[in-house]
Amino acid sequence: MNALDLARWQFGITTVYHFLFVPLTIGTSMLVAIMQTAWVRTGDEKWLKATKFFGKLFLINFAMGVVTGIVQEFQFGMSWSDYSRFVGDIFGAPLAVEGLASFFLESTFLGLWIFGWDRLPKKLHLATIWAAAIGTMLSAYFILAANSFMQHPVGYTFNPETNRAELIDFGAVLFQNTTVATFFHVIASAFLVSGVMLVGVSLLLMMSGKAADAMRKSLTVGIISTIIAGIAVMYTGDVQAKIMVQQQPMKMAAAEALYETQENAPFSLITIGNLDGSEAYWAIDIPGLLSFMATGNWTGPESTVQGINNLQAEYEQKYGPGEYAPYVPLVFWAFRAMIGLGMLGVLFALFVWWRTRKGKLPSGRWLKVAAGSALLFPLIGISAGWIFTEMGRQPWIVYSLMKTEAGVSPTLTTTQVWISIITFTLLYGALAVVTVGLMIRQVKIGPPESDQLETADANSGQPLTFSY
Amino acid sequence: MSLEMLQNVWFLLIAVLWIGYFVLEGFDFGVGILLPFLGKNEAERRTIVTTLGPVWDGNEVWLLVAGGATFAAFPEWYATLFSGFYLPLLLILVALIIRGVAFEFRSKRGSATWRKRWDAAIFVGSFLPALLWGVAFANIVEGVPMIKNPAGGSLYDGGFFNLLNPYALLGGLVTLTLFVTHGAIFLALKTDGEIRVRANKTAGQVGLVAAVLAVAFGLWTQFANSNNTVVSWVFLIVAVVAWVAALGANRLGREGWAFIFSSVTMLGVVSFLFACLFPNVMPSSTVAEATLTIRNASSTEYTLTVMTWVAVILTPIVLIYQSWTYWVFRKRLSPSQIPNPEKGSLDLPHEVSV
Ligand code: HDD
Ligand code: HEM
Ligand code: HEM
Repeated sequence: MNALDLARWQFGITTVYHFLFVPLTIGTSMLVAIMQTAWVRTGDEKWLKATKFFGKLFLINFAMGVVTGIVQEFQFGMSWSDYSRFVGDIFGAPLAVEGLASFFLESTFLGLWIFGWDRLPKKLHLATIWAAAIGTMLSAYFILAANSFMQHPVGYTFNPETNRAELIDFGAVLFQNTTVATFFHVIASAFLVSGVMLVGVSLLLMMSGKAADAMRKSLTVGIISTIIAGIAVMYTGDVQAKIMVQQQPMKMAAAEALYETQENAPFSLITIGNLDGSEAYWAIDIPGLLSFMATGNWTGPESTVQGINNLQAEYEQKYGPGEYAPYVPLVFWAFRAMIGLGMLGVLFALFVWWRTRKGKLPSGRWLKVAAGSALLFPLIGISAGWIFTEMGRQPWIVYSLMKTEAGVSPTLTTTQVWISIITFTLLYGALAVVTVGLMIRQVKIGPPESDQLETADANSGQPLTFSY
Repeated sequence: MSLEMLQNVWFLLIAVLWIGYFVLEGFDFGVGILLPFLGKNEAERRTIVTTLGPVWDGNEVWLLVAGGATFAAFPEWYATLFSGFYLPLLLILVALIIRGVAFEFRSKRGSATWRKRWDAAIFVGSFLPALLWGVAFANIVEGVPMIKNPAGGSLYDGGFFNLLNPYALLGGLVTLTLFVTHGAIFLALKTDGEIRVRANKTAGQVGLVAAVLAVAFGLWTQFANSNNTVVSWVFLIVAVVAWVAALGANRLGREGWAFIFSSVTMLGVVSFLFACLFPNVMPSSTVAEATLTIRNASSTEYTLTVMTWVAVILTPIVLIYQSWTYWVFRKRLSPSQIPNPEKGSLDLPHEVSV
């Protein structure tokens, strides 16, 4: 493999890994804030137990999100320096704003929240978790603005003298419809993932008889979050699909392996065919659904969806000879994994709601297994969504402006990338084992007992409620 | 503001971000390096780590913002520096990763091996960056081999071992010893009991070594690698005088003052380095036209203007709430405040021996 391919693998590995922790951070910080608010308002100890328990799970996850994020901040310069030169005038700005506006907020207020239980008045302490939760959302917004520029560049002009793209309208970058739609879709799916985590873990603990009354509270929060998020994800996903057809028609064509332009284009739920999707042996198709997702029309000329072959011809004319379709099988399956696995999470939440309604407590080995592993499905789904988005954009690193191969660092050697790819893979792998191990321990220990809840007054030199 | 003004302002702002980083994560690195030496038992080690608990992440963000701001304001610098210093930066990233999770995870289990490993991670994870940031800055100030990039801008044109020359290694030892002293002073300020006594002593001893190294490095830089301006002299002198004051206050047991003065030294050191650099950001030691300056490495006037507004509005807010955190956690910690030091918060019932 050459340095370019390796650099792409490396970027993919580190970014996908970072994003395993990000949705859980975004969703769970807010859900914990909601539970703590419920405690402050009602004084009901059950809410406090749920807050503390999920707060601790959240922090294990957060630590990993933070340390893997540091790599993200620097790797554009390390491996993608020509890309950084080309778009730095535009892309650097949201990144810097992200740091100033949100990383400071998150990290400072989470520090206050973790160590502040016995030092801050109740309401002020509650405010710190809200500040951190808002920080995570801001962070997502700015980074998604940067990413949306790569998907659909706006607010810039190309300067032939310096050979780079230059910013002329920051507002356009921050508020273009791609950014806004992406933001709501990502946030909604983050709440879906976190919701399913709450549902799975709460159910598991209820079934094991640990603080069952507190866990019923968090179960409810999880179910509500998952269901609302599920609806929001579908709606925002639909909006995104329509935007995508206009901005990156090739991605939609690849998502459905649609080679020929057609009206009333079907969406295939399941396909058995050859790898690149050019031939199907057996499939369950929903006629017109793809047309509807892409254009809002089921039939008629308005429902025309462009096929890969036409688009390829069109792009060759526009951008010169080359291959303009992404790797179709991956894009095709990633799209289905996103929707399928994510929605499985919603179904699970509905099922659990049905089985636990009116105070019922289900039992059964398989349900326990399902509760323990439920989180994996939407988590893989959300990663698949990103892999779809990023791989579907190929061969472009900035759509229609710069090809991925042009963005890689000219000084990068295969030895360097091999070293970094091996280092990160081993390190991340080892950390994954440790992190999952600790989370399992936390779940086994469960929420605190009532007598472990009281808080000391640290300012008077008494033992700390929380220490490292 | 004119483009030139904006470029100057952003050079200054990036210096400010690095000052924040050296002042804040500087002590955090020092504390991490000292952990195995000053913490004689579990209660003490946990006290030491807990002094950093609420603040280390916020301190590290100064680095992230310095990185982001460099990207936004001087993209050519960001691109050339980080692709050029690829392997050292990788080392720093690995160090910051293991260090961050180590703080969070070390006390989760009671097992002695578990804790030893994470303590080693804290030590290595603090030691490497403390050394390597000095090496990196020394190389930047000294100039590295560079060529023109066909796609625009410049490229680093040396290997990994080029970066490990004697001057740069001296620079590394300077930041290392400065940070260790700064960390010891912080510990003396934030703890009570024996740790405080030991930290105070360590600060005095390492502080002297740091003083010698830093003066040697400072003069070498001033005469060999700068335009020998008044401004850089002033910062060098500020750094040295503040250091003497810091060590003096430390000897008198005035820990608050010692910490303020050693922070001023950090400010002096970073300002000195940036003053030596100005108006370059990455001088080339080979092809002269490849030198990156604040003029040819910067973003456009529009981007710099937007970013200036953002910085002007947000930075004071950040400073206010970050200072407030330090105020909230201003009380000294003592080992007696750590409940059940040997027990991990995630020990399962059958693992609890006592
Ligand atoms: C588990 C979470 C999850 C679920 C259930 C869905 N999505 Fe999604 N989707 C994501 C999580 C996600 C994401 C967070 O991974 C992505 C990647 C980039 C983005 O903006 O969101 C994404 C991207 C993404 C894109 C790509 C946009 C682009 O590349 O320009 C489209 C068109 C959709 N989604 C559409 C849908 C539809 C129509 C869904 C359901 C009916 C759906 N998604 C469910
Ligand atoms: C967090 C969710 C994200 C995931 C899971 C993800 C995943 C990926 C993957 C798998 C690639 C490799 C594509 C390839 O090799 O062809 C890639 C490429 C890339 N992505 Fe993302 N990405 C995410 C978000 C972002 C964001 C938010 C940005 C911008 C700020 C970004 C910037 C890039 C860049 C610069 C590349 C260049 C490498 C390439 O295209 O090969 N990504 N991403
Ligand atoms: C959709 C993609 C991404 C989203 C939504 C996102 C969001 C977040 C969030 C919420 C955090 C907070 C801590 C945590 O993760 O647990 C975080 C951490 C971080 N992210 Fe990402 N991120 C994304 C991708 C990236 C990329 C591409 C970069 C590179 C610029 C990046 C840089 C960072 C950094 C530096 C941190 C550490 C912050 C700290 O110390 O508090 N992230 N990210």
